[in-house]
Amino acid sequence: MKVLFSFLAVILLILVATMGAFITNLHYVFGIIIPYLAFAMFVGGFIYRVVKWGRSPVPFRIPTTIGQQKSLPWIKQNKIENPTSALGVIVRMAMEVLFFRSLFRNTKTELREGQNGPELSYGSAKWLWLGSLFFHWSFLIIIIRHLRFFLEPIPFAVQILESVDGMLQIGLPAIYLTDVFILVAVTYLFLRRIIVPQVKYISLPADFFPLFMLMSIAISGILMRYFYKVDLVAVKQLAIGLATFQPVLPTGIGPMFFIHIFLVSILFAYFPMSKLMHMGGIFMSPTRNMISNNRMVRHINPWNPEVEVHTYAQYEDEFREKMKKAGIPVEKE
Amino acid sequence: MYKGGKIFASLIIFAALFTIPFFYNMGKVNAGPDVALNTAAIQQLPASEQQCVESPEFMRANHMQLLNQWREEAVRNGQTVYVNSQGKEFEISLQDTCLKCHATESASKPAVLNNPVSTTAGVSNPALNESPEFCASCHDYSAVKPQCWSCHFEPKEAAK
Repeated sequence: MKVLFSFLAVILLILVATMGAFITNLHYVFGIIIPYLAFAMFVGGFIYRVVKWGRSPVPFRIPTTIGQQKSLPWIKQNKIENPTSALGVIVRMAMEVLFFRSLFRNTKTELREGQNGPELSYGSAKWLWLGSLFFHWSFLIIIIRHLRFFLEPIPFAVQILESVDGMLQIGLPAIYLTDVFILVAVTYLFLRRIIVPQVKYISLPADFFPLFMLMSIAISGILMRYFYKVDLVAVKQLAIGLATFQPVLPTGIGPMFFIHIFLVSILFAYFPMSKLMHMGGIFMSPTRNMISNNRMVRHINPWNPEVEVHTYAQYEDEFREKMKKAGIPVEKE
Repeated sequence: MYKGGKIFASLIIFAALFTIPFFYNMGKVNAGPDVALNTAAIQQLPASEQQCVESPEFMRANHMQLLNQWREEAVRNGQTVYVNSQGKEFEISLQDTCLKCHATESASKPAVLNNPVSTTAGVSNPALNESPEFCASCHDYSAVKPQCWSCHFEPKEAAK
């Protein structure tokens, strides 16, 4: 049911896009206005979400560490997993952002039939890590590759990335490795959610919707490249027009382009209000981005109220004479 | 805001990354490639031969597949005649058929491959197309490097 809901939502969006693609009068809306709106919603919404998160106080150090803390000199500290320097934190964050360090430690828990009844067993589970890694890196490379439509002249790095991506030179136009990887990875991530019962139980429409969106974007892009071709030169003129704020709408681009760009626009507009915000959120993980110096440095809760204190020294100053008369010993004469 | 400085700095980097196209293209003219479909070389041909192998729309979308098919026919099957959708026959040859019209700006030597990497001074970008201007204008614009010129190259001795 949850799957069906998301699926139908994406189908509806594809129908809207198809309508926009085949009605020429709507091309200005679908090719120029909606992409601009989506871009503004993406960047604006992203900044809004991050600032909102940033305003919540972070009172304590709450690192989750998997390495030896800095201790006695003859005990070797794990400087990356339990960092006491800013550099260590940067390396730990880079491992997290680039290689999904936490997910790599993912384990699965099973109740197995043992000799003396059921036994609890733990095992390593790397498939999710591998699928995510392939998906995210493919997506990143695909986005960078698309810069060839937005930049003129095209930077050398983008061209190199593109030729590496198409290095197998299968067919013409050459098949991109990332196109294959992203489809396989998204399919895996989807199947995992409907096949594994525990994961299925906790999956919501908000989990399926982005997966279907990504799938339809990838498929529309592949269809556009290999089957229902569009006029690339016209596409690039439109893209550069958008980037220079002098939008032009060349004729004869081809309907598949409008379907693709509409779906991408919807995904980007939806991005800040969805779980996809983990793109920004990962940098704000309090368990990962703080130096693990809980006890080395005194950390003061930022919202502690001013407490009025009356120390013993002040107390003695106040009552010294009376104390002396009553024969109570005082520290200072 | 707690750690506001770092968060704002990161957000500025985020916004900068996603607005690269706006800054990169700032003040540039949005000019696509100028593909000459009516060059001097084409005009010299008799009217019956001015039409390309297939229609311009078909060529724009499928020229790469057609060239691939031609390579297959000529190099692997020994077939050197292509019959187009109108039943007209063409010789399967990149240099003698395609480049007869679509070679370079210079009409004097239409069949000679022009290598812009060697002609344009100071350019040594290995990702650049070593194609005749006709191909390169679009291919450079959209960063597509054709594989044609790994076989169809001008021998170094001939260039001297």
